Amino acid sequence: MTRLFAGKPAPTGGFLLAFFVLFTTLVVADESRVPIPSISKGKGEQCVEPTDVMRRDHMNFLMHQRDATVHQGVRATKHSLVGCVDCHVQRDTGGQAIPVNAPGQFCQSCHQYAAVELDCFECHATTPDSTAAALQ
Amino acid sequence: MSGGSTGAEQRGRQARRQFLGRVGAATAALALTPGLRLIDLAGARPANEPASSAQRWGMLIDANKCASGCDACVRACNTEHALQSHHGPSTDAQWIRKVGLRDRQSGATTSLPLMCQHCKHPPCVDVCPTGASFRRADGIVLVDKHTCIGCRYCMMACPYKARSFIHEQLDNQKSYAPRGKGTVESCTLCVHRIDEGRGRIPACAEACNGQGHRAMLFGDMNDAQSDLAKELAKNPGVELRADLKLNLGIRYRGID
Repeated sequence: MTRLFAGKPAPTGGFLLAFFVLFTTLVVADESRVPIPSISKGKGEQCVEPTDVMRRDHMNFLMHQRDATVHQGVRATKHSLVGCVDCHVQRDTGGQAIPVNAPGQFCQSCHQYAAVELDCFECHATTPDSTAAALQ
Repeated sequence: MSGGSTGAEQRGRQARRQFLGRVGAATAALALTPGLRLIDLAGARPANEPASSAQRWGMLIDANKCASGCDACVRACNTEHALQSHHGPSTDAQWIRKVGLRDRQSGATTSLPLMCQHCKHPPCVDVCPTGASFRRADGIVLVDKHTCIGCRYCMMACPYKARSFIHEQLDNQKSYAPRGKGTVESCTLCVHRIDEGRGRIPACAEACNGQGHRAMLFGDMNDAQSDLAKELAKNPGVELRADLKLNLGIRYRGID
């Protein structure tokens, strides 16, 4: 290892290092206490923004929309939380909507994995209500 | 939502429906002679445009028409916003309540609904330390629960006891009426209905009309053609605690 740091790469050392890194990664992934979230697919072909944009920026979109809606009454549906719930809510075998903040559900599974508290649903509805479609 | 169709299709269909609705409204309005309009166009604000001060939403409540035993408005409000009773009336959320008055001299009794008066100069907004309590451009006084810290200064400042604090963890909220523990709330004049721009009136007034009392007339005070403005022009009614000079959005008749 000292030879590597000294800037004199040796083929055997490099191979060993690569093997070590690969091995450690596999072991860590195997022993992870938190399972990788399984993201359920929403309705329709695609989300309101590309998936990578949504993963990174959904909180900013929601924050922006929230201020526009509460203070100015702008109720465009593109970045509304109600829209998220409508599209991403899963239903059980009886057809009942499962709350999006229930364990393993769309919002909760990722937030749990990322250890980010999800407090939208302290106040907001976690399932679409029957009149929501008529109101939007 | 009907099963099988995609979210994008739904959105497209809704947008078309809204557009056609608006075109229909405009055609109906044009077809009639000026001054005689079936639909009040001032109420038709598109969903993606901000509320403006061109409108001022308000209500005229005629206590003479309000029946003393009737609480249809209260029940309608509770249903609309999913208000539930937890520990009795002293702590339950009350966005609207029925108040009985009795004249000591004559013994005459009056009944009226009382809710947030949607002041032009709201004391609740003055005292709010976080800016959560605010007056929207079109005159509706609201609480931004994202910034409300539940200090309840607004409840103390309000001369009408119109605001409630939520003490309990809630569930089964409506998607259009988010509510949660630790925040203050009050009548929103059914802002979600107003923002639809389809001319739906608040749930309380709708229920009152449904009972045939027609004691609550909702409309745009700034639109001279609206039924509300015409009625107010005939007889402006009274403001509760007019001495405070708060310029209220809710006016009363039959209690002077």
